[in-house]
Amino acid sequence: MSIIIDEKTRVMVQGITGREGTFHARHMISYGTKVVAGMTPGKGGRKMDDVPVFDTCAEAVKATGADASMVLVPAPSAPDAALEAIDAGCRVVVVITEGIPAQDMIEVWHTAKAAGITLIGPNCPGIISPPGKCKIGILPQGIFMPGPVGIISRSGTLTYEIVDSLTRAGIGQSTCIGVGGDPIIGTTFSDVLTDFEADKETKAVVLVGEIGGNDEQEAAEIIKTMKTPVVGFIGGRTAPPGKRMGHAGAIISGKGSTAAAKVEALEAVGVPVCDTVEEIIARTRECLGG
Amino acid sequence: MKIHEHHARDIFRRYGLPVPADGVATNADEAERIAGEIGPPVVIKAQVLVGGRGKAGGVKIANDVADARRKASEILGMDIKGLKVEKVLVAKAVDIEKEYYLGIVLDRDRKQHVAIGSPAGGVDIEQVAEETPEKIAKVWIDPAYGLHQFEARKALFGVGFEQNVAGKAAGILSSLYKLVTDLDCSLAEVNPLVLTKDGKILAIDAKINFDDSGLFRHPELKALKESEDTDPIEREAHSRGLTYVRLEDGNVGIIGNGAGLVMATMDEVKRFGKGIAKPANFLDIGGGAQASVVKNALEVVLMDPNVKAVLINVFGGLTRCDEVAKGLNEAVSGVEAKIPVFVRLAGTNVKEGRELLDKSAFIPIETLGDAADRIVETVSARVGK
Repeated sequence: MSIIIDEKTRVMVQGITGREGTFHARHMISYGTKVVAGMTPGKGGRKMDDVPVFDTCAEAVKATGADASMVLVPAPSAPDAALEAIDAGCRVVVVITEGIPAQDMIEVWHTAKAAGITLIGPNCPGIISPPGKCKIGILPQGIFMPGPVGIISRSGTLTYEIVDSLTRAGIGQSTCIGVGGDPIIGTTFSDVLTDFEADKETKAVVLVGEIGGNDEQEAAEIIKTMKTPVVGFIGGRTAPPGKRMGHAGAIISGKGSTAAAKVEALEAVGVPVCDTVEEIIARTRECLGG
Repeated sequence: MKIHEHHARDIFRRYGLPVPADGVATNADEAERIAGEIGPPVVIKAQVLVGGRGKAGGVKIANDVADARRKASEILGMDIKGLKVEKVLVAKAVDIEKEYYLGIVLDRDRKQHVAIGSPAGGVDIEQVAEETPEKIAKVWIDPAYGLHQFEARKALFGVGFEQNVAGKAAGILSSLYKLVTDLDCSLAEVNPLVLTKDGKILAIDAKINFDDSGLFRHPELKALKESEDTDPIEREAHSRGLTYVRLEDGNVGIIGNGAGLVMATMDEVKRFGKGIAKPANFLDIGGGAQASVVKNALEVVLMDPNVKAVLINVFGGLTRCDEVAKGLNEAVSGVEAKIPVFVRLAGTNVKEGRELLDKSAFIPIETLGDAADRIVETVSARVGK
């Protein structure tokens, strides 16, 4: 029905007492997410609406059984917050924060890998499971509906646009993940594709890539082995080399990081790479059998 | 963030790297004085943040102090790829026996730093990697343990570093790694490291790029920031805090919310443009709908004299379209829009947003596809005017 999170996921929000934390925690709760704990050092014992707040992640996990965390604290303290969630035993850690030093993310990434947990982000909109009514992140939940399409993306608003169009076309989603726009990110396309392939309810995957890095090429290696059809989109075909296009990770530096190289890699494994959102919808509908 | 070579050389010295004596001059008098202090021959190098300084005539050898004065005054004030040379490095010139490359960069795919060494230095290292990969040594660095000397030595011997160079080069890689982790760098490289005819090993060029996200930890580095914007409109946009990239040969200004959406909009204009309409820029206004940001965005995009039409593409997620429309209306009241501005709003509160724009000079459009012909016609009618 969905991957990584579902209706049983118990979520902790790190930074719940902050303006952004409170705002997004309320949205997550109104969507149906089981937000069981908040965490802000020094504010333990308080409540945000009905959600108990703890001083440490360990206490929060022990008292509430939280197994996933959303990190929505400023960049200087976000890596520490993520490490604390991993230490406390959360199996999913979603880092929304933008502007975390790459150096710190190297440490968080290797710690997450050693612990065998799923790290999503940073600089990402998060993850949502429409069938599970569970959201960890800041995605505008009103545009989603349950259905058979898995979505993975390096972009925010472009993804919302694609989801909105899918929903209007009557095509629902199983899980949507924004993996983030930074150079060092936790979960990448290839990790998520493997999960989608194993998920019986996901009948097609939409992959939204962009210039920079090699994640799309790695994804193509996985797609080769998959039965679930994948529809692709690559942003930045007109981007000049050497210029950062908004996202810290969206920069052409070397041949593999161009849109053309990514389109070629995906097409080589049979992925139709679309030019427009309309085409993505049409191709996805074809994959689902009309 | 990039810094000038002379600042990078100073940082290298702090980390114990062997860097020849040098000084920075902003006029010919200073260059002459520094050349006299160091003792000729000296090399005079333009301090600008663009590649290919040498080819552009920005690097010259001077054999005596009068020559140093002459060469410095030739280079100072030069325009190299849009950047004016305001200072030159005057450094002791050395007799080169052989050139090497050493560097530490971030490997995105493996999520760790990699130390790179090559006996084929002094040229573009990416080209070496492509044409003769057997001349490139790579050691991926475990973030928990750092770079071991034996690993670096082993790799350097493996690609042909000589016995009198490998050990010292391995030591320099360790110093570079310490510098990279101390100062949050995305790259630190010596290209070339040289073996001189009299057997010395020296770093005669220095390059350091900093991770912008790490700068909050190093407030002292902010003073070293130099403009790397070769384009005057990019310079203006960045001074207003906008994420703007100018494209060559474009005529449709692009504004949107979210990097991915803006890139997709650029690509779409190119695709439907029939070779007539082409994207002129990338401009991401980010989340929220602050009128001041939208106003600045429109002003900057319209500074490009080649822009014949503007396309604004906004998808309201958490951002509401009516707020965006309000921002646009406030923005345009201060901007004299002689250029047609097409606005496509979708998502949250789109109906209210479009109603607000009804009474404005903006041209509302439903989808990019629907508006393609009109945008191409507009550009076509205005090109050459």
